[in-house]
Amino acid sequence: MKNRTIKVDYLARVEGEGALYIKIKNGEVDDVKLKIFEPPRFFEAFLRDRKYSEAPDITARICGICPIAYQMSAVNAIENAFGQVPGGQIRELRRLIYCGEWIESHTLHLYMLHAPDFLGYPDVVHMAKDFPEVVEKALKLKRIGNDIVKTIGGREIHPINVKVGGFYKVPQKKDLKQLREDLLWARDAAIDTVKFTSTLTFPDFEQDYEFVSLCHDIEYPFNEGRIKSNKGLDISVEEYDFNFIEEHVEYSHALHSRLRARDNYFLGPIARYNLNYDKLSPIVKQVASDLKLPREINNPFKSIIVRGLETLYACDEAIRIIDQYEKPDEPSIQINPIEATGNGASEAPRGMLYHRYRINEEGLIMDAKIVPPTSQNQKTIEKDLKHFIPSRVNLPEKELVLQCEQAVRNYDPCISCATHFLKLHVEKEN
Amino acid sequence: MKNKKPKLAVFKLSSCDGCQLSILDAEDELLAVLGAVDIAYFPEASSRMLPGPYDIGLIEGSVTTPHDVELARQIRKDCKVLITIGACATAGGIQALRNWKDVKEFTKIVYAHPQYISTLDRSMPVASFIHVDFELRGCPVNKYQLIDVIVAYLNNKKPNITSHSVCMECKQKGNVCVMVAHGTPCLGPVTQTGCGSICPSYDRGCYGCFGPMDSPNTSSLARNIEARGETKYDIMLAFRGFNAYSEPFRKESEVYEK
Repeated sequence: MKNRTIKVDYLARVEGEGALYIKIKNGEVDDVKLKIFEPPRFFEAFLRDRKYSEAPDITARICGICPIAYQMSAVNAIENAFGQVPGGQIRELRRLIYCGEWIESHTLHLYMLHAPDFLGYPDVVHMAKDFPEVVEKALKLKRIGNDIVKTIGGREIHPINVKVGGFYKVPQKKDLKQLREDLLWARDAAIDTVKFTSTLTFPDFEQDYEFVSLCHDIEYPFNEGRIKSNKGLDISVEEYDFNFIEEHVEYSHALHSRLRARDNYFLGPIARYNLNYDKLSPIVKQVASDLKLPREINNPFKSIIVRGLETLYACDEAIRIIDQYEKPDEPSIQINPIEATGNGASEAPRGMLYHRYRINEEGLIMDAKIVPPTSQNQKTIEKDLKHFIPSRVNLPEKELVLQCEQAVRNYDPCISCATHFLKLHVEKEN
Repeated sequence: MKNKKPKLAVFKLSSCDGCQLSILDAEDELLAVLGAVDIAYFPEASSRMLPGPYDIGLIEGSVTTPHDVELARQIRKDCKVLITIGACATAGGIQALRNWKDVKEFTKIVYAHPQYISTLDRSMPVASFIHVDFELRGCPVNKYQLIDVIVAYLNNKKPNITSHSVCMECKQKGNVCVMVAHGTPCLGPVTQTGCGSICPSYDRGCYGCFGPMDSPNTSSLARNIEARGETKYDIMLAFRGFNAYSEPFRKESEVYEK
């Protein structure tokens, strides 16, 4: 097989609009482009002159799949600017709503977007004909994740209750009772999920990645931690801009991120798992060990197993939070805006999401920078394909395309958000 | 055997994907709803993409690029019934905030190489370019309303979506009025119902994500909010949100422009 060009004009089962372009010359991979043609939506631009208090509602609209991640990174950044960070039960409720988002988003990706690849179906509806029980269980598990988001946030997509300083209203202890009942079922369903994913067949493909995630001293990370990697990076969130840069490439509406000191890096469930294994709860470690999963995973196709493990973690953590919950006296702390710049990050289901805001003395946003996980993973996705294709170059085109799409879907790319990054130091070019 | 199920297509323009995700979020009803149709085109959920014509088309997202305009025209040709879902497709969405600005400046703010970016000056509702059979409001849409609309068209009926204000639903829920009792500014009196009046239920004012109700008196509400001590700028921002380019909200926001 000599020269061929493979084009996938519209990547399916990812969120947003992307295309894939691969050029093979003399049997070698000559060019790989993940093209993001989702139209630009200019969030950083129109956040200017909006009130700080509007940021959680507005940035939620960047992504319908992970609105909590946008809301949490926004509140983290703004509270960092004002030096006012709520603790206690408000902090716990933020972890709880994040558990809900991980459960619904991971389950959606795992069963509805990614599993069909492994089992050879075009979608979950076709898969349901042969695996009705698996799909029905998956839908119930996903609903329980959404129920958490709905109970705390008001609705599943674009929740309305997240606020700088806390929440508009916090639940009563009894409001969480039904969730607890359901979560006991969900925890077992998540264990079955991990078992199910571990029976899938994985391509033999391992790479030497630089994994990056938030790392907290005692917790598996959602909202807090230092930014660490397996290759020596160890910085505070405030130092993000000094260590990561974004580049604008002609063929994509999403900027490409890389580490200033090195090159591309890998965010998401595998990165979190590899860097924070010790912080997983005993039940998750037990399941991982029963299935003989290594403590470090370097095969991106196995992200589907790690999504299962993180779903289990999120169910278990949600139960822990509900069991110790006491309704706080106030739903939020009193916020006093000052002129300042703040940085915030949190762990979206797909990986670390960074926000930075500069706010004036009236509490208006002067500028904003938002770096979603997919833009940060883009270079790694392209590199994976460069390394993945050579040993498969002689496959029939249909099969090769399918496998390449699957390799992209390992990352659960969320393309509708990968469209609007502010490059702070705008290059002057003619 | 010929497949006689109606062919459903789901399209996307400029948006967050949240409205089409509402279909997948209808966990309890999903298999029944999707089982009643042939999913001919729904890239977010299926890699099987069949060509048109389609019996029912759902379209999410606003028109923001020259390519979107062409695409919308093609979608109209391909679909017997075309329904827009969500605030982007029916009112231009949050990205319509560009409509009061110079989009070239916006592009420079966000991109190092603005010359790579092709975009229209404005973000517009789909119905500005093509005929639309039904517009479903919401940012995001209510999944039960969405199912109602799909089921109505599957049965050749007109969808029964109410167009009165959020206040009606809020009163039915027995909420204490956040505006009367706490002085919290609330767009409920001029916003179309459908969300379940969730914001007042969570002790905050409605921010109008379902867009204007039928014949809203926005100026009366704006004057009332102003009398409670809100600044003109705050009132402008309140109307200039997720449905900023719907006509009643657009006009009211322009009255309060700096």
